[in-house]
Amino acid sequence: MSRRVVVTGMGVCAPNGVTLDDFAKSLSLGKSGIAFQSELKDKGFGCQIAGKPDITNIDLNNYFTPIQQKGLQASGLVYGVIAGKDAWLDAGLSPSSQEEPDWDSGIIYGTGISGVDKFREAVYLVDRGDTRRLGSTAVIQTMASGISAYLGGMLGCGNQVTTNSSACITGTEGILMAYDRIRSGKAERMLAGSCSDSGPYVWGGFDAMRILPRNYNDNPEEGSRPMSANASGFVPGSGAAALVVESLESAQQRGARIYAEILGGSINSGGHRAGGSMTAPNSLAVQRCILQAVEESGIEAAEIDAINGHLTATAKDPVEIKNWCQALGRSAVDFPYINSFKGTLGHCLAAAGSIESVASILQFKEGRIFGNRNCQQIHPLILEQIEASRIPRETMDIELKIIAKASFGFGDVNACIIFSACKEN
Amino acid sequence: MAHAQRYEQLKALMTPYLPEDVNPDEISPESHFINELNINSAHLVDIILDVEDTFDIRLENEDMDAMQTVKDALEIIDSKLRNQD
Repeated sequence: MSRRVVVTGMGVCAPNGVTLDDFAKSLSLGKSGIAFQSELKDKGFGCQIAGKPDITNIDLNNYFTPIQQKGLQASGLVYGVIAGKDAWLDAGLSPSSQEEPDWDSGIIYGTGISGVDKFREAVYLVDRGDTRRLGSTAVIQTMASGISAYLGGMLGCGNQVTTNSSACITGTEGILMAYDRIRSGKAERMLAGSCSDSGPYVWGGFDAMRILPRNYNDNPEEGSRPMSANASGFVPGSGAAALVVESLESAQQRGARIYAEILGGSINSGGHRAGGSMTAPNSLAVQRCILQAVEESGIEAAEIDAINGHLTATAKDPVEIKNWCQALGRSAVDFPYINSFKGTLGHCLAAAGSIESVASILQFKEGRIFGNRNCQQIHPLILEQIEASRIPRETMDIELKIIAKASFGFGDVNACIIFSACKEN
Repeated sequence: MAHAQRYEQLKALMTPYLPEDVNPDEISPESHFINELNINSAHLVDIILDVEDTFDIRLENEDMDAMQTVKDALEIIDSKLRNQD
């Protein structure tokens, strides 16, 4: 059984926008969601800037019951529920009846770690002999699958409800897992998403690795510089996004709006071999992943109009460009357009793949490719491989037909998806 | 603090934990937390913590086991407060 799979709903809770409209507007204008975080300064971080969704104007009562809000400290879970419920509504779906779950609907909602602030509180209570005071939600807020478990109940999903975790490819991988499940006929629709907590306890380890920029604390919006000659590390981010992935049949039966078709994709690992390591990618594996995604999609590499890269704004950006060139057999002026949304979002870690996939797909709807922020001076090693015109610095009106989206993560893991503007609308 | 006032306080702190289909007006001293009010047993753990905070008392495991109905809870609260005086 091999069925066509489409995206019928999206929701987002990103550093630069919490509704799809605001998010699209920010991406069009290159509006940054990266800001100075006094908490990081107070704790002596080298990098004191980060991307964090602004949910101060969001009425959480639309998403959580009063009891669920009590002692709720898992920021990623909050972002994830906002994005997840919004995506479900956006797809024209509603929660199942109280009597019976919807057996055909499931959830794959990933995260790297859940409820870090809640876990911190629990550690303090346990260490002072007050375990009895933990309450009933210490477990459900800190278990990795908390996010899929919360949404599973809110929406009444009766198919597979799970959480995947694979560092910075988590969101992209989740979409492909949902695609596989639907394609093989095991589900009609899956909410695929990912989320990541905000705060010093999540970001601290990266600061300690000295891979975050330290010279932009006074100039946060300039700090994240993918593909730039003076890129100096990734700016940590947080948030969530979710996509309703559905069989084309089901979408057509419901008369649902179709944002995009998922033509195919690939997930692999470099095995920490041939230059790959816990933190660096094996380029052969990256190229293989991209190539397999193209082959599985039944398209030619030449048909790809645009790439949304992983491109975190570290010294590895030119290597990524090289891998795309090699895998697609395209370079110089023949290279597709390429962008990175991390210039305005920062690197949202486990949430990156889903947020950036939503952004990629919004480009079909908007009829434009979103520009790259903070890339006035392109890295010379990138210019040796592709023409500057392939890296739009400003948002451009263009009808994209096929977009390749890739994510690469710690552990030497890779994921690449091919989206197309759906002709069935 | 009068017994009647404590009953009202207890009802107020329980109310958010009631399932949607249970009306707070249905709470009576005889109500069984789990069997009649359909309160999720995991939430009972949180109600106990709220009782501790509201009345500034400490409840032991055996107190929790004994708290089956609203009346049980009130009696335990009363006795804890008496012992504090």
